[in-house]
Amino acid sequence: MSDHAQGLLAMYESAEPLKAALRRFRAAGFGRLQVYSPYSDDEIDELTPGRPTRIGWVLFAAGIVGAVSAYLLQWYACRNYTLNVGGRPIHSWPSYIPVTFELTVLSAALAGLAALLWFCRLPRLDHPVFNDPRFLRASQDRFFLCVDADEALTDRQRTLELFGPEADVREVPS
Amino acid sequence: MSTVEPSAPPREPLLAEGETPETVNRTLGQIPLEHPNARFWWLGFAAAFLFVLSLVASIGWLFLRGVGIWGVNIPVAWGFAITNFVWWIGIGHAGTFISAILLLLHQHWRTSINRFTEAMTLFAVACAGLFPLLHLGRPQYFYWLLPYPDTMGLWPQFRSPLVWDVFAVSTYATVSLVFWYVGLIPDLATLRDRAPTLAKRRIYGLLSLGWRGDMRHWRHYEKLYVLLAGLATPLVVSVHSIVGLDFAVAQLPGWHSTIFPPYFVAGAIFSGFAMVLTLTIPLRAVYGLKSYITDRHLELMGKVLMATGWMVAYGYFSEFFMSWYSNDTFERYLSVNRLAGPYAPAFWTLVFCNILVPQLLWVKSWRRNPALLWSVSILVNIGMWLERYVIVVTSLHRDFLPSSWGMFHGTFWDWSTLLGTFGLFGSLLFLFIRYLPAISLAEMRRMAAKKEGA
Repeated sequence: MSDHAQGLLAMYESAEPLKAALRRFRAAGFGRLQVYSPYSDDEIDELTPGRPTRIGWVLFAAGIVGAVSAYLLQWYACRNYTLNVGGRPIHSWPSYIPVTFELTVLSAALAGLAALLWFCRLPRLDHPVFNDPRFLRASQDRFFLCVDADEALTDRQRTLELFGPEADVREVPS
Repeated sequence: MSTVEPSAPPREPLLAEGETPETVNRTLGQIPLEHPNARFWWLGFAAAFLFVLSLVASIGWLFLRGVGIWGVNIPVAWGFAITNFVWWIGIGHAGTFISAILLLLHQHWRTSINRFTEAMTLFAVACAGLFPLLHLGRPQYFYWLLPYPDTMGLWPQFRSPLVWDVFAVSTYATVSLVFWYVGLIPDLATLRDRAPTLAKRRIYGLLSLGWRGDMRHWRHYEKLYVLLAGLATPLVVSVHSIVGLDFAVAQLPGWHSTIFPPYFVAGAIFSGFAMVLTLTIPLRAVYGLKSYITDRHLELMGKVLMATGWMVAYGYFSEFFMSWYSNDTFERYLSVNRLAGPYAPAFWTLVFCNILVPQLLWVKSWRRNPALLWSVSILVNIGMWLERYVIVVTSLHRDFLPSSWGMFHGTFWDWSTLLGTFGLFGSLLFLFIRYLPAISLAEMRRMAAKKEGA
């Protein structure tokens, strides 16, 4: 995972100028943009480059694995410790549905948490953006846009123009 | 979490005028960071903790002497323990209902109460989970409930709802914890960035896992949050259905009924919303949260209370109707015994609390009256406990053979254990309010910035 933090970090007071800047950068062909927002926002999300999340597939796969293993567990148990209750079938599949369902949900949820951490590369306590004291407000009420050094510093003046007049731009100390 | 704006006429806002992301952070963030109303907190926590001590003493005595210290015996082998279990787990269900089902239904009013009620779910499930374990008689062997390859070659009976319950309740507790923690991560980052001392900054920083609000992270996060809500929705229905099946699969008159799973789910949401009201009304008054938990929120919760109350009333009706319609001697006797037998006072009290009292909420101005709503919620809590008590005890104490009839009365230790779990629940809630944001900061910030659901 390449580290995009070393570059120019702009702070915006609200979402609108950030969205405008994002549109300008996208139009100018910039690809390595990091956006930081105090809350999730569908419009900013659409403007942020990057693939759509694949976390749904992880939950789906884990759910299937959980369901199959839960059913196999019960099937194995009924074969290895046979309980004959009133002559009912030993392999009575309808009564195995609840446990199968519960373990499907459990596996999917735990895999979802693990996948979130994996996709976000968290926990990570020491990211370079934290070196900027303004970044304390990224979790509160300010929006940040970071342009990767490779792209930003080739034509610094143009990059600064693309950030727009509302931006408070500083270099990220690495 | 998508923000499809409904084209409904303008309604009373869910957030007071003048709230901005910054006021949200300040008002809600200061509660865990600065500990306002310390006097209230210490008095409340100390009072609740006294009951925790009573719980510890009761459990200690139970471990020393066995379940004989409770009133349970043959024929009533499921006394308070199962009543309390069903009651507590039902309370938990409102939290999941609010955080998952109302999220999927785009009910924006849930945002103000979901974090708090998710915590309520966790703590209620913790209290609920104690009872089956304590009721085992030999609680040190609780792990025999789990499937594992043991030297005796034994496996659990997977056809039994009691085994399903082990899986349902443990899955429910785990998934609720994951859902709650995922929701907390961005808020822990906010607390980290606002923390006044280095120690707090470090602790919240560790707990937030270094969350920095990266938009790509939000993308994964939002998707996961909706998917967890989608998983939690059938989960919550399954958990209380299985609890209902614990009874319904047995042959006993009064238990052997197909209405039980849906009727138990409705009862769970009914009692859970009552508990949400019992807790949020004092909370918003003490911590000045009336611009986040508005009178409109109370009114909406009152409506849910009334609707689920009617579903529960239908369940009672169906039980009596089916016992008459079945033409079965034992079923019919059970109905008569509930209406006029030795436990009739408990039955009529629950009818009063669960059916009659919620009818007050037809009046709009009464739904918006916190004192009245709070009183209704207390009565519904009592009524729903009695409902489970009546279901458990009246069916068991007089079943088929009159020679095996008996009576059940809770002992001192039954009551001290029940009151002890109130203390445990209360103490955990006090600790939660003290150290974590009781209202979701990130979601409220978005609501303040975008004026959602106005």
